[in-house]
Amino acid sequence: MRTLAKGAFESSKNLGLIVVLASASLLAAAGIASAQAPAGGAQRNPADAEIHVLHVQGNVYMLVGAGGNITVQAGDDGVLLVDAGLAGTSDKVYAAIRSISDKPIHYIIDTHVHPDHVGGNEALAKLGYTIAGGNVVGDIGASAGSQATVIAAQGVLDRMSAATGKQPPMPQGAWPTETYTTPERKLYFNGEGVLMIHVPAAHTDGDTIVFFRRSDVISTGDIFVTTSYPIVDLSRGGNIQGVIDGLNRIIELAIPADEQEGGTQVIPGHGRQCDVADVVFYQEMVTIIRDRVQDMVNKGMTLEQVKAAKPTSDYDPRYGKDTGFWTTDMFVEAVYKSLSPKK
Amino acid sequence: MGKVPRINIAGGLIALLFLSALMGRPARAQEDPSGQWAPRFDEDWEERIPGPEIGDYLGIPINEANRLRGDTWDAALVELPENQCRAHGSDYGWRGPSNLSIWKEVDKASQKVIAYHTHLSAYGAEQTIWMDGRPHPPDYAPHTWAGFSTGKWEGDILVVTTTHLKENWLRRNGLARSDLATATAHIMRHGNYLTVAAITYDPVYLTEPFIRTSDFVYSPQQAMAPWPCESVDEVDRPAGVVPAHLPGQNTFLNEFPANYGIPPEATRGGAETMYPEYVIKMKTMKTLPRPAKKVNNR
Repeated sequence: MRTLAKGAFESSKNLGLIVVLASASLLAAAGIASAQAPAGGAQRNPADAEIHVLHVQGNVYMLVGAGGNITVQAGDDGVLLVDAGLAGTSDKVYAAIRSISDKPIHYIIDTHVHPDHVGGNEALAKLGYTIAGGNVVGDIGASAGSQATVIAAQGVLDRMSAATGKQPPMPQGAWPTETYTTPERKLYFNGEGVLMIHVPAAHTDGDTIVFFRRSDVISTGDIFVTTSYPIVDLSRGGNIQGVIDGLNRIIELAIPADEQEGGTQVIPGHGRQCDVADVVFYQEMVTIIRDRVQDMVNKGMTLEQVKAAKPTSDYDPRYGKDTGFWTTDMFVEAVYKSLSPKK
Repeated sequence: MGKVPRINIAGGLIALLFLSALMGRPARAQEDPSGQWAPRFDEDWEERIPGPEIGDYLGIPINEANRLRGDTWDAALVELPENQCRAHGSDYGWRGPSNLSIWKEVDKASQKVIAYHTHLSAYGAEQTIWMDGRPHPPDYAPHTWAGFSTGKWEGDILVVTTTHLKENWLRRNGLARSDLATATAHIMRHGNYLTVAAITYDPVYLTEPFIRTSDFVYSPQQAMAPWPCESVDEVDRPAGVVPAHLPGQNTFLNEFPANYGIPPEATRGGAETMYPEYVIKMKTMKTLPRPAKKVNNR
């Protein structure tokens, strides 16, 4: 493991970076950024992952390389994670967390159900614990304290579990231990308010945006990524309008500093650290494409006609892909189906 | 044997003194760009002050994707509160109607230049050019309007390499420059004149490097004005609306070729339109009838 001192990559905005090279393998950063998969399709052995640690702002850090980005909030109370990365990366993720804090992991918040974000739930939760007692123990008993609390919108648990007698998609140890069904869930940890906002029917039907109010950092999950068009997982309740609503909510929450830059920092589900200006560009792109496809739907065009019209062609060199698990065609189809009248 | 001619020792000492004197200061050709600089617009006035016409992509090596960005761009986009205070990207900033201030940051102990800093009056945009050999940040680090810049002297030219740029405009008529672009600036001082040749490389929206030069005149009496900017709701529109023309429906695109008598085909830009021989080709192209009355005051 190699750690570069904070300030080693000092930028004009006093960027502090700590890089933890958790593996001798050299993976291109671009390759790491693209290692996202709505259904957990890791493109390389997760155990070979190289985990990078970036100090974002205040108490908040970003881990890159474990599948989806992982947010770490650390302080005197302990460690809170937003997402847990791919299964198989947990040892290295934990080593990276230890380079930030020696406090126990108390919370993991799942932004959504995909395995590149929740795959590490079970292993990382077991490395922490919940401060149990009072109404936290409830009917569960003392075992409530034996692992970190895993919080998610109810939709995540619904998608990870199964009715009695059926085989669940993910093992029980990976499931959320605490879910919420309200528009928001609040928590106070490490001296700051942590606001969880549920965005219905967006990337999936169980999306949560997490806002660290004092550190002034928003962790978006896959509602916002810098590496591709938004992944709209229709099979898990996603919808393009929900993605746009989520992006608008992020813009509403964030306050930029001078020149519409800096201020609130944004950790995307995949890709680089951002601020609200980056989210605005993305929201404008998605909204413009939504409006174009909506116009075509209104004119009665078929899906094939819409694809042939190439409504994304001006953004394809930046966000489009012809191969892989999320192609431009798949995105256009998801937008079209989101906007078409339900039969 | 063992006898050293005294003249050689003296000569060596003189040479050593001369060399150490040279090493103690930059090469004569490296003219420090620090100072206050006022822009000179000259033939660039039309583009840099009022701004380019809608649909004028002449001489710009854009690809088809960028052409569509321009064609569908609606100037009302700039009215949105989140866009009103957007600064110029550092590759474009030299072109803005801006006074320029450059100062250097020096390490006290070694007196080596750590960085040059620039401040442009438009948006108060600032750029730091690191001269101490530090590496550029990794891909997952933030991007900014200024980007992350390092500089080195190549003869009498300060060559600046910039990465980590946010998306910005290539031109103020909707042509885009992506956040994957990089840029170099060649800063050349000749006494009281400063020329900056800015080159943008964009794998997303350009097929060739796009080169622009801007000139400044030394202006030691210059006082830089502040640029406070506060976003306001200029137009009452529902939240989340993004003004844009649908493809093929921008009726303003023909105004530029009609008003200036330029073939519409030529106004579509592309690398071919950068080169002088394209003028010959233009003579074979059809133009639009000029409007009876010009629609602007130029």
